[in-house]
Amino acid sequence: MAEIRNFTMNFGPQHPAAHGVLRLVLEMDGEVITKADPHIGLLHRGTEKLAESKPFNQSIGYMDRLDYVSMMCNEHAYVMAIERLLGVTVPERAQYIRVMFDEVTRILNHLMWLGAHGLDIGAMTVFLLCFKEREDLMDCYEAVSGTRMHATYYRPGGVYRDLPAGMPKYQASKWRSQKDADRLNEARSGSLLDFLADFTRRLPKAIDDVETLLTDNRIWKQRTVNIGVVSPERALQLGFTGPMIRGSGIAWDLRKKQPYDVYDRVDFDIPVGVNGDCYDRYLVRVEEMRQSNRIVAQCIEWLRANPGPVMVDSRKLRPPRREEMKDDMESLIHHFKLFTEGYCVPEGETYAAVEAPKGEFGVYLVSDGANKPYRLKCRAPGFAHLASLAEMVEGHMLADVVAMIGTQDIVFGEVDR
Amino acid sequence: MSERIEALARNVDAHLEGRARRLPSLADELALEVEPAALLAACRLLRDTPGLQFDTLIDVCGVDYLDYGRDQWRTNSATRSGFSRGVDRNAPHAAAEPGRFAVVYHLLSVALNQRVRVSVRCAGGDDPIVDSVVGVWAAANWFEREAFDLFGILFNGHPDLRRILTDYGFIGYPFRKDFPLIGNVEVRYDAEKGRVVYEPVSIEPRTLVPRVIRGDTLDG
Repeated sequence: MAEIRNFTMNFGPQHPAAHGVLRLVLEMDGEVITKADPHIGLLHRGTEKLAESKPFNQSIGYMDRLDYVSMMCNEHAYVMAIERLLGVTVPERAQYIRVMFDEVTRILNHLMWLGAHGLDIGAMTVFLLCFKEREDLMDCYEAVSGTRMHATYYRPGGVYRDLPAGMPKYQASKWRSQKDADRLNEARSGSLLDFLADFTRRLPKAIDDVETLLTDNRIWKQRTVNIGVVSPERALQLGFTGPMIRGSGIAWDLRKKQPYDVYDRVDFDIPVGVNGDCYDRYLVRVEEMRQSNRIVAQCIEWLRANPGPVMVDSRKLRPPRREEMKDDMESLIHHFKLFTEGYCVPEGETYAAVEAPKGEFGVYLVSDGANKPYRLKCRAPGFAHLASLAEMVEGHMLADVVAMIGTQDIVFGEVDR
Repeated sequence: MSERIEALARNVDAHLEGRARRLPSLADELALEVEPAALLAACRLLRDTPGLQFDTLIDVCGVDYLDYGRDQWRTNSATRSGFSRGVDRNAPHAAAEPGRFAVVYHLLSVALNQRVRVSVRCAGGDDPIVDSVVGVWAAANWFEREAFDLFGILFNGHPDLRRILTDYGFIGYPFRKDFPLIGNVEVRYDAEKGRVVYEPVSIEPRTLVPRVIRGDTLDG
């Protein structure tokens, strides 16, 4: 009789299904996993330490680079923490803009997740469908901030600037005929809000298309139903938040339970799973996209009707306008001070959390009264989720590991920080 | 909101029986400090007492208070030669004292929708040690590993206290205030040796914006 023994397998850090740089050391009994040890930190950049060496505003851009598929939500938590310590109230219009872009970001994130998760399990088409829609949202990011991903758009006290009146347009070129460019520009003739409104009308159909491919698909169900089941009690013990805890049947959402900005004034529902498996979490996320779409539509309506300031009127926080600087020396000084030394934040500590697409993204900020944070800690939802991976994969087959990494929606930017 | 916080604070006081001291905080937050010896008992009570029910551990965070309140540029007084200039990179750090390191736990009650922040000043100056709460909340496992990795805080009773974020074979605790921002070693690929080599850092550390504490209000 042949000798049978366990063997150890190395998964990643360059495996395409590892969603970045996850290294898993798996102990296998045949094709069944007996023990898993995730090694993380390959993308550790010391963001929190870097932030300690810079004035507050200069770290907003670092927040984008944490969870790099839900950029503005990270910024939101960071600027909210600063605002709490400063004690400033953000203008209503800026709050609506933030909520709108938080939800745009949520759709962005879930589309990315759905595409990548589908691809991992073998559904190629989903990836293409999702990325097609994502492109339009990226354009919204670009219109408002100038960059497609790392927006650095939110500021303590509001947002950097008001929504633009026009969208960037396609031009005809060697590779794109005038006819194609005109077709693509059709929705872009109006303002950003017009473009987004058009998008919210198109999105439900696009989600339907993806759902047709997956929701009742036999292969999809075989790969996800009853895979990675987490009980509600265990989900609490493991510190789950976001779709992970809602998939286990606990209706916990910070947007409803501890509303920030104007989330208490928009209408939306919280989808909840039943079994706590990968399939339920898939359903939760897909429904979340539809709900986000509703919120975006409500914000567009409000923003159209209510013009106003988008930044708190404080000389320490808001850069002075160019015209003011031309003939007012004090404005020039304020401008210089804001962009070099920054502003001092009163001594104290606070914790600000937002419902990021992946779960609770929190920022714990300790200030000793200086122009730089004394200690900044980013509480990343993915970190707590990945910590439970070892427990979740035990007893599953090797191929299920991929499904479970996918269902946790891991992004290493935030896990490793 | 602050009424709820006051009610919660009274509730915590009643059940923890002097194990926790309230810290100053923003009006809508509750912050407690617990003595290291009472940590585990306090955590169990916070989790299991009806009315508190902090069923989720959201975060564990290490803090190094070595340089707290120290600025690099005096802005309040000028001498005959003007304000102080530049940043003295070699300024000595304060001597490490017991209580230099703190561990901050963020707790959340999903059942009752309330939060509390519990901090512990670790015993031992440069080798801080505190009890592990993995037995109370399983989520603490990686968070405590992270605090150990970055601050060198030891967690008594942790099942698997290994480094987590830094490189294999890393030396030092990078988030301590006396650890240089640019680190101690740099890596590069050595074509002759055919492998990656570690060398002492070659870049000059710079401070672009000095740390100042002005103590003025927003619109002052």
